[in-house]
Amino acid sequence: MISTTITIDHPAGLHARPAAQFVKTAARFPCKISVRKVNSEKPPANAKSPLSVLTLGVNQGDAVEIIAEGEQAQAAVEALVELVKSNFGETAPTHS
Amino acid sequence: MPRYQGLPASPGIAIGPALIYRTEKVAFTEDRVDDPRIEWRLLEQAIRKAHTQLTALEERARKVAGEEEAAIFEAHRLFLDDEELLEKLRTLVLEERLNAKAAVHHAFEQYAEALLALEEEYFQARAQDLRDVAQRVMRCLEGDGEEERLENSADPIILVAEDLTPSDTIRFDREQILGIVTVRGGPTSHTAILARAMGVPAVVSTPFDLNDIRSGTLAILNGSSGTFNVGPTLHELEVARREKEEWDARRRAELSQAEQPAITRDGAFRAEVVANIGSVEDAEQAIRFAAEGVGLFRTEFLYLQRSSMPSLADQVRAYRRVFEVMGERPVVVRTLDIGGDKEVPYLGTEKEPNPFLGWRAIRMIRERPDVLENQFSALLQAAGQVTAEGVRCDLRIMLPMVSSVAEVERAREIYEEAWAALQAEGKPLPEKVQFGIMVEVPSAALLADHFAPLVDFFSIGTNDLTQYTLAVDRTNERVSVLASPYHPAVLRLIEMTIGAAHAHGKWVGLCGELAGDPLAVPLLVGLHLDEFSMAPSSIPTIKDLIRRWTLPACEEVARQCLQFSLAADVIEYLKSQTPR
Repeated sequence: MISTTITIDHPAGLHARPAAQFVKTAARFPCKISVRKVNSEKPPANAKSPLSVLTLGVNQGDAVEIIAEGEQAQAAVEALVELVKSNFGETAPTHS
Repeated sequence: MPRYQGLPASPGIAIGPALIYRTEKVAFTEDRVDDPRIEWRLLEQAIRKAHTQLTALEERARKVAGEEEAAIFEAHRLFLDDEELLEKLRTLVLEERLNAKAAVHHAFEQYAEALLALEEEYFQARAQDLRDVAQRVMRCLEGDGEEERLENSADPIILVAEDLTPSDTIRFDREQILGIVTVRGGPTSHTAILARAMGVPAVVSTPFDLNDIRSGTLAILNGSSGTFNVGPTLHELEVARREKEEWDARRRAELSQAEQPAITRDGAFRAEVVANIGSVEDAEQAIRFAAEGVGLFRTEFLYLQRSSMPSLADQVRAYRRVFEVMGERPVVVRTLDIGGDKEVPYLGTEKEPNPFLGWRAIRMIRERPDVLENQFSALLQAAGQVTAEGVRCDLRIMLPMVSSVAEVERAREIYEEAWAALQAEGKPLPEKVQFGIMVEVPSAALLADHFAPLVDFFSIGTNDLTQYTLAVDRTNERVSVLASPYHPAVLRLIEMTIGAAHAHGKWVGLCGELAGDPLAVPLLVGLHLDEFSMAPSSIPTIKDLIRRWTLPACEEVARQCLQFSLAADVIEYLKSQTPR
């Protein structure tokens, strides 16, 4: 089992387009992937289900734990972390 | 015969048979089924059918309404693909032997409830979407095809409904709809916006019971006055037909002339007639109605319905889209105008007893200079990028609710800093940008001669100027009748503002309701107002009126108006005036 914790910086949190991107990326991997909102009592959500990810209610600044188990687990977690770090493929607000 | 008074949502007159359009919820009972495998197969078929319908709707939406509408149906489709949801359905049917409709209800409702619990408006809207999809699947289970009722009605009709959802509105054929009337919804509802875009008369928020009206009954809908008359008398019908002919003829004439400039008949005065907008869609509509530019671009849409500041990239993208639509036409952008009447936690707005006298708009500048700096930077970047691509974008930035010269000076500093920062980074910048203020607080009008040297232009916001001058809360029904922009005190402030600006060689616009009111045309031309900014669909009418008057006649009208002491006298006088 591979797991890592990362903070969501995107202004939309894990809703709307970022949520869709997240789910699409997760769906590329055969392993079981779940995402849990840190400091929340909600159970981990299936990262391949848009509705489950949406109902976690992850906002900008929230930390999430990504957990993968099975074939290509390492690659899956890396891909999702990369997606979050790239601000979901959008140019990050760098203006000073 | 019943006559109902609603809110006018899209101008024009429609006469024709009413069609009652009901979107009833699918009824279902909860049963245990004998053969869950057959039930599951039926459900799978229904889901596939719903999927096909949504794909078709998405295509249609893209063609008739644009990407934004299409995205709604794409999101609906994604819900149907959700593996957790499908798993849930499978368990309910195959293991708990629940009938398909009840399973759909429970599975979708569970997620809808979870979304509703998140409280933010974004999630509330997704919960509604989810319920919309659940209803669609249930209708497919009933073997009901796509609701064919509308497509089947051969004759054009007046559509009568409780309210319309995006899935409803998108299926309409423009040719079949004479008008739309709904019980719910406001002038900014989905129905109203779509009706205006299609050029179909509409009345919303109309107090009637759908059960009191029968499909096929002849009705008259007046989208300009907001009346809906069901089963009119012969006399009423005759009057309505005449009004409709006149309205249609006049509208055709106005539209055919819309591209012509608004120059008075004697050639002595030219006004710029521009649009008030709040989105890219509005900008597109402004172009359709021959707006010479944008006199008020409200930017609040970028900040509402979200939990954190819009990123710089998001802002630049939104502004760019409007600049691209408007091309080299001037675009006056109003910086953020939000206060305690809206809850925007990340900006730090709070519920206040007097939000319109409170911490709002430019007054945020002391505590939150970053918000304004960000907005200036985004506007300059967007205008710079568009300019670099060869379209000389004419950006004009405007500060709302200014009451002191110090606010303008501070904002200007922040603006200069934003400009310098972008320059240092080597980012493309626009060739020229005008910097102006809204005159909507009496102190700004009274000191207009002090403000004029600091800015390139003024834009008078008559809605707020009226409310602040007359001390009337527009939202308080017991006193709102007192709030007339025709009050001579307001008119004098307008006159002072224009006089002071012109003395300093600066131009003045007006972007309140008054600018789009046909009654006010000779008065405002007489005061030498340079720019009239209004709802896009009013533009052809106002241009047409300006062209019917001569400048000296308008000046005479304005002089007269300023002599009165009562708003009612001004209005009565203006009503007695005909173009000359």
